[in-house]
Amino acid sequence: MAYEALSVDVDSDGIALVTIDLPGQSMNVFNEALMRDLAAFIDDFISNDSIKGAVLTSGKSSGFIAGADLRMLGGSQAATLQEAFENAFNLNRTLRKMETGGNPSKALMKGEAHAKPVAAALDGLALGGGFELALACHYRIASDNPKVQVGFPEVQVGLLPGGGGTQRFPRLAGLQNAAMAATQGKPMDAATAKGQGVINDIVPAADLIAKAKEWVKANPKVTQPWDKKGFKFPGGGGAMDPRSVQFFIAASAMAQRETKHNYPAVERILSCLYEGSIVPFDTAIRIESKYFTKLLSEPQARNMIRTLFINKQAAEKGERRPKDVPQQELKKVGVLGAGMMGAGIAYVTAKGGMEVVLLDRDQDYAEKGKAYSEKIVQKGVQRGKVSKEKGEALLARITPTTDYNALKDVDLIIEAVFEDPGVKADVIKKTEAVIGPEVIFASNTSTLPITGLAKNSERPEQFIGIHFFSPVDKMPLVEIIPGDASGERSLATALDYVRLIKKTPIVVKDTRGFYTNRVVPPYLNEAMLMVKEGIKPALIENAALQLGMPVGPLALTDETSLELGKRIMESTQKELGDAYQPTGVEDFLETMVDKLGRLGRKSGGGFYDYPEGEKKRLWNGVSEYFPEADDQPSLEDAKERLLYSQLAAAAACYAEGIVSDPQSADLGAIFGWGFAPWTGGPMSYIDTIGVDAYVRQSESLAQRYGERFNPPDAFRAMAQKGETLYAAA
Amino acid sequence: MTDAFVYDAVRTPRGKGKSDGSLHEITPISLGAQVLTAIRERNEFDGGDVDDVAFGVVSPVGEQGAVITRGAVLAADYPETTAGIQVNRFCASGLEAINIAASKVKAGEADLTIGGGVESMSRVPMGSDGGAMATDPAIAFKNYFVPQGISADLIATKYGLTRDDCDAYAVESQKRAAKSWKENRFEKSIVPVKDVLGLDVLATDEHMRPDADMQSLGSLNPAFAMMGEQFGFDSIAVQRYPELEKINHVHHAGNSSGIVDGAAAVLIGTKEAGERIGRKPRARIKAAASVGSEPTIMLTGPEFAAEKALKRAGMTKNDIDMWELNEAFASVVLRFMQALDIDHGDINVNGGAIAMGHPLGATGAMIFGTVIDELERSGKETALVTLCIGGGMGTATIVERVN
Repeated sequence: MAYEALSVDVDSDGIALVTIDLPGQSMNVFNEALMRDLAAFIDDFISNDSIKGAVLTSGKSSGFIAGADLRMLGGSQAATLQEAFENAFNLNRTLRKMETGGNPSKALMKGEAHAKPVAAALDGLALGGGFELALACHYRIASDNPKVQVGFPEVQVGLLPGGGGTQRFPRLAGLQNAAMAATQGKPMDAATAKGQGVINDIVPAADLIAKAKEWVKANPKVTQPWDKKGFKFPGGGGAMDPRSVQFFIAASAMAQRETKHNYPAVERILSCLYEGSIVPFDTAIRIESKYFTKLLSEPQARNMIRTLFINKQAAEKGERRPKDVPQQELKKVGVLGAGMMGAGIAYVTAKGGMEVVLLDRDQDYAEKGKAYSEKIVQKGVQRGKVSKEKGEALLARITPTTDYNALKDVDLIIEAVFEDPGVKADVIKKTEAVIGPEVIFASNTSTLPITGLAKNSERPEQFIGIHFFSPVDKMPLVEIIPGDASGERSLATALDYVRLIKKTPIVVKDTRGFYTNRVVPPYLNEAMLMVKEGIKPALIENAALQLGMPVGPLALTDETSLELGKRIMESTQKELGDAYQPTGVEDFLETMVDKLGRLGRKSGGGFYDYPEGEKKRLWNGVSEYFPEADDQPSLEDAKERLLYSQLAAAAACYAEGIVSDPQSADLGAIFGWGFAPWTGGPMSYIDTIGVDAYVRQSESLAQRYGERFNPPDAFRAMAQKGETLYAAA
Repeated sequence: MTDAFVYDAVRTPRGKGKSDGSLHEITPISLGAQVLTAIRERNEFDGGDVDDVAFGVVSPVGEQGAVITRGAVLAADYPETTAGIQVNRFCASGLEAINIAASKVKAGEADLTIGGGVESMSRVPMGSDGGAMATDPAIAFKNYFVPQGISADLIATKYGLTRDDCDAYAVESQKRAAKSWKENRFEKSIVPVKDVLGLDVLATDEHMRPDADMQSLGSLNPAFAMMGEQFGFDSIAVQRYPELEKINHVHHAGNSSGIVDGAAAVLIGTKEAGERIGRKPRARIKAAASVGSEPTIMLTGPEFAAEKALKRAGMTKNDIDMWELNEAFASVVLRFMQALDIDHGDINVNGGAIAMGHPLGATGAMIFGTVIDELERSGKETALVTLCIGGGMGTATIVERVN
């Protein structure tokens, strides 16, 4: 038989070695070809008496199967729900056939029939559908290759394991382990998997296939544990076992705490475990496929797949990189300024494998900047996240110095000195005097226009902005800002660099605040306006959290400090003069900062008090100056106001071309300021509710709260034409 | 419609709901049978006169399963013609059983009925019946399920009831219960529980702590704080009540109802049925109502149930002389008083479940009997009996004394 995605080699014992090897791909994924081939092989395997058993393995060094082809899932368009269910159930049907040998479960229960043995031999990643295929085998054997990882990442894109994973895993490892694996989506190594009972054995890589065959040969007639009479869930189950009752109550509660009701996949995974553990296996996998179909039929998974997986990967692979510029080799990077940003940049650069010259005016400062990396490495070693050797090697790559001559052989400069045009101009001059003529100079400014800074450069075509977020080692986004004069090579180099440090880049236009800093302040201002109106701070914070924001806007304002907010407001006012558009929080900030001394977290408290050794709590003094209104908005109204303040600013940025495409607007929002990931980003959200619905709602909010909510004209035009952002882009 | 009269009410004393409690050796079916036997013997009627017996049971599984009421009817040597039904409306089961028994009389479906309840919490622990509401993720998520202790703390947080408020209420409950026992106020209803030898094993409520004071209660740690934080229930409560920053945990074993064993029965019938068995009615059931309320805060139903029952009776709250609300948690009663503006002197005058315990399925019938006794003792006319209920419900019954 001719297969496309796999090859079959039957040995003299009649054991088929099935090698999965998708042509033209570096990694195996579950796609249509593999599904088709697998189903065909299983039919042949069951009917062909000369084949006694099978070992499934991969022809890729990257591992077994890394999961489903998300492009296939994201694009699936069934005409009816029934059809969508049948499609979804196909995988379960195929896997079930393999594990039962095509026998009805009644015959297996009675011991009247058995299946031919199938073993999975895992030598690397076995994730999602790949792991589910392995779980449907009668035996799983992993090599001692440290790259072996198994798990269910589906939840991270709003899906659930839909190939029997929510049923076989708990039947092997218990409900609790299954809930952890499937709702958190974190992969586990082979030893952990073996400890939980989902991998049977770990052997040296060289013996992997032989050992798998040995097991197949020794077990000619097999039945899965759940197809045997008297099967019981490890650790208690099904769902009505008193032990499971406690587990389910706690699991649902913890999941609600974590998801705030925004991620139906998590709830449905628990439903699969709950409902599936009450009924026989064949019913259980139908239930699983139904919940899977439900998720796939709703917009959330599609939005999450598109932004968090497809577009993120495309951006990281350099979609916006000028194709003609050859790959830039970056071995050594000069980081100018060892303050908080410079220190963080030095760390991520060294972690990305590059040498770092960390330069500051004062050797003590430079050393202090390196100490930041030392602290992170130390913590990592303590927690076992990084080996001592790797940590030491990382630190050895960072050289703190005050000597500009140390920059003479760097391949890239990243400047992160004080945000003052004069200081920057001086540093640019001194640096360009020593670095090679080809070296790209990147500035990490967050407030100064790149085009203006580039005027200080002798080589403005080699000058570009790379805007990091604080703390640099934690924040996944960088904004890349070409100035008017920036050449293609500067953009290519910046993207090559970002790829090395494994962050997500978006390319944005050189305007005040770029993208993220254009959107976040209006959002934080909205929250302050709400406080000013007498809306309970707790309601504002909880509304944001329930919207899916990682922290409340008032807590975030405390972190960045109200004082800084006031200073930026004042300097903007000064700079723009008559053109300044009042935000309405001017007097509020004045009261908070000047009158009440509520400057923020680091200065004794802002919206919150920060009692030592205790959790922060909202400062109730605020109501003395901004009395609580008798009429409080509903949760939905508060959420909407906070959401639309972000949508309005993001839409304006897109309309003005600050971000050139909805993909970047979505990525920047989620990875830049933590915009609710379940939406897939602000543009995805607008598309999901419909541009016309967005426009109508914005206009209604503008009437109630102010012009700032009005949609850009471009969005009104799109609404009229019935366009969507993603289709139009 | 026919009037439903109350002819008598009996209850067992409440035994501590643990393996060292005095009633632990008594089977639940025996508890049920003993109150049925007592009410028949006291009223000297032939058991055959009773059409139907409704018992509340909250964990109707194991030895409390399979319609325990029918078993108790037979165990109490009622004739086989007397039917039995088991009722579950969580904590109001006992009162709902009375309402059902009364409704049958009012509707002309029966002449003489018994409503009551039984629960041996020491033998069939709370939660033994599992159930989907807390366990099935689909419904737990949808309803923002939290356990009752969290709901009680949520009430306290939302309505500004402090730990001291709740503790002070609990101390008063203990004092009132102790005083009532001392003055023999429960004498009319209490039926000592006997063992298989016919010897008394318990004649008084054994859960009470009359010496409890603010200081002793103050030393107790909040019971639901850890659960609320560790398992995320606090977060769920705040998600439903986002105007709150956090949940203030004020309840503990000392200001919450006690876990106990016990049973109760109330004899209800038409005027004619009373005449036939030669008993004078003690009270008349004026109206009853059950409501659903917001399930996360869960325990605020009594206020709405009371309002509904009053409306159905054509009464206002000023027409009620005496209130009885099950003391599931101190905050439940305090919030009820706050919502309906009820003086503490007019509610739970003989103490309640914080002092004497809350045998889930039986409590409604027990406090109903207590109220009949108290109306007669005090000479007052009307009373409203109500209980808060799991899942967000409330049941209330209005009675008036007839002689």
